[in-house]
Amino acid sequence: MDSEGLKSLAVALSIGLGAIGPGIGIGMIGSKAMEALGRNPEAESSIRTTMILSIAFAEAVAIYALVVSLILKFT
Amino acid sequence: MPEISIKAEPIFNFFGFRVTNSLFTSIIVTIVFLLIAIYYSKQITASKKSGFFYLIHFIIKSIYDLFETVLGDKIRIFFTLMLSFFLFILLQNWFGLLPGVGSIMIAIKEHGKILHVPVFRGGNADLNTTLALALISVTMIQFYGIKFLGFVQYLKKFIDLSNPINFFVGFLEIISEISKILSFAFRLFGNIFAGEVLLTIVAFLVPVLASFPFIILEVFVGFVQALVFAMLTTVFLNGAIAKHH
Repeated sequence: MDSEGLKSLAVALSIGLGAIGPGIGIGMIGSKAMEALGRNPEAESSIRTTMILSIAFAEAVAIYALVVSLILKFT
Repeated sequence: MPEISIKAEPIFNFFGFRVTNSLFTSIIVTIVFLLIAIYYSKQITASKKSGFFYLIHFIIKSIYDLFETVLGDKIRIFFTLMLSFFLFILLQNWFGLLPGVGSIMIAIKEHGKILHVPVFRGGNADLNTTLALALISVTMIQFYGIKFLGFVQYLKKFIDLSNPINFFVGFLEIISEISKILSFAFRLFGNIFAGEVLLTIVAFLVPVLASFPFIILEVFVGFVQALVFAMLTTVFLNGAIAKHH
């Protein structure tokens, strides 16, 4: 395999594998937030704020993988 | 495929200082931000206020209520900083979505070759801008930590010689402060730059109408990232000024 093909493979693998963990994490955060909302509907606004913050934390990991793959792809 | 550059390109020289397209857009956003701020402060004393004033007032009031739930009564000190972060990042993100940003090209000469680069590029789609914002945020966290706890007390968080475990925890605290800068900078840059790449590629694949849902998504992402940046700064600040044991 030539270096160009290996580079494309590296780009696809870095974002593909890097998205698994955050995907699971965001799903768990969402499900737990829904559960909390079902038990305690009047706390909706504070649950929403905390949920968005936690999702942003989990998503940041996927964004690092994305930055790595973008750097690999476009430089 | 359209040409995508991960770094901002210089568009002109200003007395030997190379002005990149991201910096140019940031300057425009700063001027717009200033004009809105001046308009707001003028209107605040006027007897008959306009509808636009009440719109800004409503936005500021909502953000105030949101941050008050985290900061409590200390919001009187920190609100200006957080509001500046939020509104500046929000305007930067949304300015990058306007038509013409990234599509109006200019021809520049570099190393004897003629290159075509966009005149405007979203300010936060350049790592330098987000790194600057992250540095301001983390420096302010350290500054307020020292101001509220005192220099010695604040330093104790990082260098604690009472026992080996605390010493190692202090070492980890130093690393976490550095990683805060990186995570702030890369989160904002990654989200906005990825949005720009996504919009470019979708417009390239399907020229008509397909971009529309993605633009709505990017408006939402721009809002959430501005909120997350300001909110994380608030949470870290709250942790830095709290007395630990």
